[in-house]
Amino acid sequence: MLDIRRRTGVLLIVVTVAQLVLISVQVQSKSGLPVFQEVTFGVFARIQGGAWGALRSVRDVWSNYVWLRGARAENETLRKQLGELQIQLQQQQALASRSTKLQELLSLQTSTNLPTLAAEVIAGNPNPGMLTVTIGRGSADGVQADMAVIAPAGVVGRIVGPPAAHAARVQLLIDRNAAAGVLTERTRSGGMVVGSDRDPPLAMDLVSNMSDIKAGDLVIASGVDGIYPKGFAIGRVESSERGTGLYRAITVRPSVDFSSLEEVLVVLVPARSATPEDSAPAPAAKAGTAK
Amino acid sequence: MKTAAVMAALAVALVLQTTLAGMSLVGSTRVNLVLVAVIYVALAYGSVFGLFAGCAAGLVQDAIAGGMVGIGGLSKTLVGFFVGVLGAQFIVSTPVPRFLMFFGASMVHELCFQALYALVESRGIRFDTSSAVIQALVNGAVGISAFLIAERGPEMFQRDGWRRSSSVRRRY
Repeated sequence: MLDIRRRTGVLLIVVTVAQLVLISVQVQSKSGLPVFQEVTFGVFARIQGGAWGALRSVRDVWSNYVWLRGARAENETLRKQLGELQIQLQQQQALASRSTKLQELLSLQTSTNLPTLAAEVIAGNPNPGMLTVTIGRGSADGVQADMAVIAPAGVVGRIVGPPAAHAARVQLLIDRNAAAGVLTERTRSGGMVVGSDRDPPLAMDLVSNMSDIKAGDLVIASGVDGIYPKGFAIGRVESSERGTGLYRAITVRPSVDFSSLEEVLVVLVPARSATPEDSAPAPAAKAGTAK
Repeated sequence: MKTAAVMAALAVALVLQTTLAGMSLVGSTRVNLVLVAVIYVALAYGSVFGLFAGCAAGLVQDAIAGGMVGIGGLSKTLVGFFVGVLGAQFIVSTPVPRFLMFFGASMVHELCFQALYALVESRGIRFDTSSAVIQALVNGAVGISAFLIAERGPEMFQRDGWRRSSSVRRRY
């Protein structure tokens, strides 16, 4: 009788080759997720939700009844109100800074009244170093791929991959593969922020050396990418130096504290491709950038 | 029985890792509980169990993570197998050799993982030595703690139970 334990070398080769084939199949096909990945993610999202729910129950019992009783609930309500007010304030700031020309081109209603959906972060990424989180809302709630995810402090990231029925994966803006079209509120210079492994975790690229961007300038989403709603805060410029090539070397400290994400808002507006109005630079930016 | 225990250990490690990552992104990058479980299984049950545990845990981890399915699986398969082989060749029954095994295996896994990604994405290897060393140290500490709990836990529990029963006998 064949004892597989005595044929460990053969086993290793079989398993290794099988996985190499699996990897190569994915490298060749560039459309959609593999069925294995989709099913596993869907099933495991339920377990993650359960584990998170159990953990939250224990934490809630402790914090609501043992630790603070009523004060905790009141604090939560106030925090939610504050979050809503911060979002309203950001929308108002975005409106105020918008030029008259853009106000004529774009409908005020569609730009300010964003339909959003509150979602809870139920798990992080099991692979250390990959900056994605799982939220407890999915396709059953209207969530689609590439929808923007925001928090009261600013932009969090976007939905990546097809969502499961009750869960979706969010790529954080600080992930090294993430990027967003941005402009600075003061100079209106456009560019692109990308995630990086360094501190601060965001870098602003494609900004001309002639641009007058200084440390402390607020960086907001430009809406050019068709994913992130225009005017929402990305972060503040931490350092801005003249680069060796055409572009400045700018680092940005994100507005959102990614280490303590618990609740986020999914903007229920499907991603669209960039429009000519979006890609046209703002009047102040024209003088600053010379591309 | 052994297979069920291995599967349960891997499932618990996976759930703990994702829950930890949900609570603290920074904290989750300092430890890889799934890898710790795979190395533990390989040291405790040998290379075949290490191979299958690494393959299964890695594939599930890849599927949940959203990256390329198979890269983590292959890395953990190789680590699980070779840790099992080394564990059978050398005496790895005290904390220091075990710690070295966890540390070395974690470093090899990280290198393997990054190298495979670099190969697939046709780019240079992004190997952050300091964070890899920190993760390997934490993995080592968690791994030898797991061995201590598994080996001495039942014994301590029994001793505690015996002490309690003898004190009850003395009272009456």
